Amino acid sequence: MIAKVTLTVNGAARTVEAPPLTRLLDALRGPLGLTGAKEGCGEGECGSCAVLLDGVPVNACLVALGQCEGREVVTVEGLGEPRHLAPLQACMAEHGGAQCGICTPGMLIAAESLLRSNAQPSAVEVRRAIAGNLCRCTGYDRIVASVLAAAEALRATRGASVSAGAPVRGAAE
Amino acid sequence: MHTGESLRPSVGTNVVRVDGAQKVTGGARYVDDLPPRPGELHGATVRSRVARAVLRGVRLDPTFDWSDVTVVTAADVPENVVQLIVDDQPVLAAERIHHRYEPVVLLACADRDKLARAVEAVLLDVDELPPVLTIEEALRARDVISGTDNVQKRYLITKGAPDIVRDAAPSDEARATEEAILRELEACEVVVRGEYSTHHQEQLYIEPQGMIAWWDDAGVHATGSIQCPYYVHKAMKRAFHLEPERIHVTQAVTGGGFGGKEEYPSLVALHAALLAKKSGRPVRMIYGRTEDIEATTKRHPAHCTVATGCDRDGTLRALMMRVVMDGGAYVTLTPVVLSRGILHAGGAYRWEHARIEGVAVATNTPPNGAFRGFGAPQTVWAIERHLDAVARELGMDPGVLKRQNLLVTGDTTPTGQAMRGEVGIHECVRRAFESSGYLERRRLGAAVSGRKARGIGCAIFLHGGGFTGSGERLLKGKAAVDLAPGGRLVVRSGSTDIGQGTETVFAQLAADAAKLPLDRVSVATPCTTYVPDSGPTVASRTVMVVGSIVERAAAEVAARVAAVRQPGESFATAGDRLLAREGTVTSLLQYESPAFVKWDDVRYRGDAYPVFAFMCDVAEVEVDLDTFEVTVLRFWQAADVGRAVHPLMCEGQLEGGTLQAIGWALSEELVWKDGAILNPRMTNYIVPTALDAPPFDTMLVEHPYSEGPGGGAKGIGEMPMDGGAAAIAAAVEHATGLAMNHLPLTPERLFAHAGARAVEAR
Repeated sequence: MIAKVTLTVNGAARTVEAPPLTRLLDALRGPLGLTGAKEGCGEGECGSCAVLLDGVPVNACLVALGQCEGREVVTVEGLGEPRHLAPLQACMAEHGGAQCGICTPGMLIAAESLLRSNAQPSAVEVRRAIAGNLCRCTGYDRIVASVLAAAEALRATRGASVSAGAPVRGAAE
Repeated sequence: MHTGESLRPSVGTNVVRVDGAQKVTGGARYVDDLPPRPGELHGATVRSRVARAVLRGVRLDPTFDWSDVTVVTAADVPENVVQLIVDDQPVLAAERIHHRYEPVVLLACADRDKLARAVEAVLLDVDELPPVLTIEEALRARDVISGTDNVQKRYLITKGAPDIVRDAAPSDEARATEEAILRELEACEVVVRGEYSTHHQEQLYIEPQGMIAWWDDAGVHATGSIQCPYYVHKAMKRAFHLEPERIHVTQAVTGGGFGGKEEYPSLVALHAALLAKKSGRPVRMIYGRTEDIEATTKRHPAHCTVATGCDRDGTLRALMMRVVMDGGAYVTLTPVVLSRGILHAGGAYRWEHARIEGVAVATNTPPNGAFRGFGAPQTVWAIERHLDAVARELGMDPGVLKRQNLLVTGDTTPTGQAMRGEVGIHECVRRAFESSGYLERRRLGAAVSGRKARGIGCAIFLHGGGFTGSGERLLKGKAAVDLAPGGRLVVRSGSTDIGQGTETVFAQLAADAAKLPLDRVSVATPCTTYVPDSGPTVASRTVMVVGSIVERAAAEVAARVAAVRQPGESFATAGDRLLAREGTVTSLLQYESPAFVKWDDVRYRGDAYPVFAFMCDVAEVEVDLDTFEVTVLRFWQAADVGRAVHPLMCEGQLEGGTLQAIGWALSEELVWKDGAILNPRMTNYIVPTALDAPPFDTMLVEHPYSEGPGGGAKGIGEMPMDGGAAAIAAAVEHATGLAMNHLPLTPERLFAHAGARAVEAR
């Protein structure tokens, strides 16, 4: 059986025709042409295939395409581009958070999810957030440092934009 | 005018890694990210399901539709040998099965689901034989599976009294040298004996093995996840009887290796190429995780028997060690692993007399192979745990005992290699001890609070950089730097970036040597058609050995440009003029081993390595006295790296390597039954997560190596793997009094040891 599934991927509406039990990971890497999410184990242990599904990090190897109708998927490609890196991506590259890079897309998704809900995480909170993502290269300290640096960078930007916008917003309220 | 004089050197700074932007955006193309080639098939391997057997035949289930499946057997291999050290491993099993996961038949099909069913439809007719599964069974040699006695390799290192008698009695050197070391031990005030063992370890790179192969008018192409493109090249040349220029091996972006992609990818490439040849189509072969854990190489298990003699004040005198490693079903790299193991068996210490014997045996388990540390973690575990036992016997602190016996300039190792220049180990120990408060906290004893006990322990060790002995001279590694239009340089080498940062570091070294900005240098993708053979990306040699060639070559190209450069002219303009005149401007250089390196391969005497890097680890652990779970609270490590070309990446190597050692010590354990692995999954082969990993305090100590690039870099990639387990075990002993001599320190094993001790105490 072939199903026609329409979903939003990195902000754009996309349609995939495939058996409904096709793994979201295979749909992304195949017909959708997004190879950022990686397969490290195929059983939800390594986290290399993590994507955001309606804002929640999931292992795309454990999600069926048929479950994704009308839902919103964000992959690492949706976070930023090489010439316009998101602060989190830039920090991961600058602070030693990526070595071989195979776990990096999943790490970034897990970290993005954390930073969306917690602007000022502690090191332990970062470790908890990425505990489902295995890295065999770094020893994790540099990944934690990268995420903390990104949180700080984001707070600085948001702080700046909030203060700049404050009078207008204050007037509106 | 662009002079380079005002340029800040790049070496020693943390430039953003050159592949960083691609890796954080999902743009980096690993092998399975490469788009399918037209007509591409998927490949799969049918493996033995028994550990040892006579293979009588292969049958294809006649009820299965084989019309669109390509089938390859041993009969399809032009020369059925995987080229490495010894010609014992077939590309596909032909008559004999030597391990449970031995490849026997290859299949290719466009439909992946059908391919998986086809694997089940291949029937192997076998007559099972009793397998040899452990070191003990192999040594007993009741069943002989290799040579006449199951021994794959032997070595002997002697120093002092055993060395003198060795020359006098060459025909009886084993017995004569043993008697000599026993005499020296007997003469010592304190003699301590012990046995120490270590287990398999899976590399568990997060990207599984993978290769795409195809044939065309140019010959055969293989692109994949590899550490050593020229290993694959040589294996193809041998098995297919091809001219070298008809083989094109390219490294895709590689998701970790740690040794696991040193020799094994040759097999994957041969398999994919065989299927591609027979089907006439490109073939993509990507291992699943379970297949990867089961079939690929792992760290050699080892058993070390140690006896040492010392004075009552702790001055070490004599060392006797016998190291036995399990090589697995085929020799692969075992002789070299065993060599590095015994060469590190004396640790970072001074011994007047030494006899170190190495033996590797065959078993009916998958061949063990390269894994970061390459034999040294096994013997460093033994010597460090043994010195902890000696300290216990003497009533001394192990850190104090070790520190008072460290090598100093002019001292010699068991092979007689004199320490040249500053021995950085002393500063490493001082800094690691001071920052962790090691001595004070050892004096205070274990901190017990309720059912939790905290302890602290150390390990001190060294690691030789580059190939052993005359290895680099025989290897003749080469690298090239080309001048490109616009005053740019292109580095061409066979050294791969598998995450450790080769591309970035080579660009830094070349840029500084040519006095150019970093962005003027690019590093070519390692493809055997275009890059010279720099030797494999192994043995902590990439920066230290190949980096030094890159540095010289870049300086040479820059000098040629400088020679034609007119006053006021930019490097780019002068370079373009030189290029226009000469067509190509390239410096292709070969590594020159330092003249001081003298090595006797027969007697295993002399300079085993041009230089050693040094390291001191201090681990703090908390042990749950009910469950025996061990938590690593903090980890201090100080390493003499010579010169850190890129300090951040250097620290990244040290921390990542140490965490692999922590995993090996505490949680990673392959469970075997009848030659099969019972836990070949990430779910039950447990590597550390971010919550298991301690915060690291990493300290770089820089005592430059006279011949090292960038002002004195030493090889450091493997070293951190060597000592972490021993530091953890010492900390566990400090916390609980449980002295563990056998890895891993899982809760079950600690509990069993504690139970046994309680019974003894009764």
